[in-house]
Amino acid sequence: MPATLRNLAQRLGMMAHSFPGGVHPEQHKVSGATAIEVNALAPVHILPMKQHIGAPCSALVNIGDRVLRGQKIAKSEGYVSVPIHAPTSGRVVKIEEHPIAHPSGMGMPSIFIETDGDDAVDQTLEPISDWLNADPAILRERARMCGLAGLGGAVFPTFIKLVRDQRFPIETVILNGIECEPWLTSDHRLMTESATEILIGMRMIKHMVGATAGLIAIEDNKPKAIAAMREAVAAVNDLNDVRVVELPTRYPQGSEKQLIYTLTGREVPAGKLPMHVGIICQNVGTTKALYDAIALGEPLTERVVTVSGDALPRPANLLVRLGTPARLLFARQGLEDFTGLQIVHGGPMMGERLKGPDIPVVKSTNGLLALSANAMAAAHTVEQPCIRCGHCSEACPISLTPNLLADQCRSDQFDKAADYQLFDCIECGCCSYVCPSNIPLVHYFRYGKGQIALTRREQAFAEASRQRSESRDARIEREKAEKAARRSRVRQTHAPKPDTSKPETAKTDNATATNSSNTANTKPEEHS
Amino acid sequence: MTGLLYALASLGAFALLAGLVLAIAQKMFHVEGDPMVDKIDAMLPQTQCGQCGYPGCKPYATAIAGGEAEVNHCVPGGERTMLQIADLMGVEPKAVEEEAAAPRLAFVREDECIGCTLCIKACPVDAIIGAPKQYHTVIADHCTGCELCVEPCPVDCIDMVTKPELLEHWSWPLPDTRRSQLAHERREQHAGHA
Repeated sequence: MPATLRNLAQRLGMMAHSFPGGVHPEQHKVSGATAIEVNALAPVHILPMKQHIGAPCSALVNIGDRVLRGQKIAKSEGYVSVPIHAPTSGRVVKIEEHPIAHPSGMGMPSIFIETDGDDAVDQTLEPISDWLNADPAILRERARMCGLAGLGGAVFPTFIKLVRDQRFPIETVILNGIECEPWLTSDHRLMTESATEILIGMRMIKHMVGATAGLIAIEDNKPKAIAAMREAVAAVNDLNDVRVVELPTRYPQGSEKQLIYTLTGREVPAGKLPMHVGIICQNVGTTKALYDAIALGEPLTERVVTVSGDALPRPANLLVRLGTPARLLFARQGLEDFTGLQIVHGGPMMGERLKGPDIPVVKSTNGLLALSANAMAAAHTVEQPCIRCGHCSEACPISLTPNLLADQCRSDQFDKAADYQLFDCIECGCCSYVCPSNIPLVHYFRYGKGQIALTRREQAFAEASRQRSESRDARIEREKAEKAARRSRVRQTHAPKPDTSKPETAKTDNATATNSSNTANTKPEEHS
Repeated sequence: MTGLLYALASLGAFALLAGLVLAIAQKMFHVEGDPMVDKIDAMLPQTQCGQCGYPGCKPYATAIAGGEAEVNHCVPGGERTMLQIADLMGVEPKAVEEEAAAPRLAFVREDECIGCTLCIKACPVDAIIGAPKQYHTVIADHCTGCELCVEPCPVDCIDMVTKPELLEHWSWPLPDTRRSQLAHERREQHAGHA
């Protein structure tokens, strides 16, 4: 339906809320009917030191250490960070840089664990069976300790969202089971097979944030998941305020702010979080992981990964231990030769294109796709001039003007682009998808955002350098003045008796030396 | 005759009044320092490296504002800084003589350091810590790569190393399409001719 018509219908109350724009890419959910299979342990598991948004972790283990499954092997540094756990028992063989799923192709320091096959579990964490009467703060700490981060792909540390703040009381918990990216079916299968656990996880979240209502949002292309979740809700007696909502399929409905608007009509302002409008939104996979962490005492060491793509003989949904090399998963499903193929980490709309399959599965890996050149349709090789058709503006879920923004980024007019709200872009790729001129719009936005961030960083560094330089100059001036003052004092006191002035001069020298040894201090006050 | 006197008196009174207002305004709206210097200083990269021939960024900014220096002496700032300053000063841009080297950091080989504090005294941004007869070390996050510490070191234990590329600081390049490349080339040419 055209955007204007939909807007009109919403205004007239003929239709529920719905975010603007969006597209309907071919769904390709070929692995939707395939049950989740457990993948065997890999010989070596590779754990990058950062698998979430925020600060990287630092290793807690040394080469040669024996680790158990669920043992903490890297601790978080900073607030926006969660620890990393060993996915199975074994020995730490090396800690060095390894490629990760990142557009730069750069590596990240990673812990390599050689599997011993016992899969012995570290049982220091007790299950919290009576979570309904537990202190929310303890449950929150459990979520942090177990390394939970948003498994929908954004990997934002979960515990940060699970907070009771009196200024922002949470009314509604939304479970995101939309999974609007083509090919991906991991959440679909998880909801179909673990509906009860997900529901308990949701009740845990409700208890933790003090919410009264709950919504489980699922797109209508997953009837089995909808049925399973409805059944699970019906099986619990006192759950009148939890509803399963079936939404018409549209990309990017699974994006948090878009989903919240569709379900509640509330807009999360730019730069704000869902909690500021009284909502918490969690992915169903994360919710299941929260259940595991609290009810079973299991840290996050495995996740469901959709391994799919038109170049893959047997698409599947696999329960994979973190750190398993992607190459092994492709090989398991019958793909060994990667020549001419495009390997994608995540979904085809927002995922990263990889240089090769030699990356480990991490917390954000919801899918691994092997696509032929056909499927990618040689996208964006021949960029044509913009014909001002306006399709990109219609498709944009944030109501931006992508063609203008791209022009501004291309010509390095970054201030202008920022004025046109470049930073509100969620990089969903709808504009690039609909562009008849093959303009890689999102790529231009990423370039623009990167350049703006670079300039800001440089400016901040220059400003800090200037301040340090100025305080140093001021300190040198002051030291000079002090020295002169001391000299004149010494001269006045000891002028008639020149013999005794010697030790005094030595003392002055000492004082000067102490002062200069302090030069590295940036605070001039400390010397006075 | 009286008409002439009236005219002289009224004009004289007006001149006195205007003079008084100007005198008060000068006191009231007095600006400390030269705002032009601060503006130019804000454009400079603050490496304090002295490659421009002045003992720091602020002195160079003062020299430019005073019309004593050309706008093209800042080596680390490169062409971008030169164009900004030329634009602000309203003068013709001039090509920067030296190509800026890749950003580097000072690194003290600690086993060779004798703890003489000479580099600490040389560092314009207080980025080296240490005490007499103690190892010195460079705070990598604060080092501007000005190389001023290299020369004073009596045992030559300071190296300039390439700044490590950080994953968090990586940013997307321009899309690899003919059109974006053309736009980029045009911009380069424009900057060169301007």
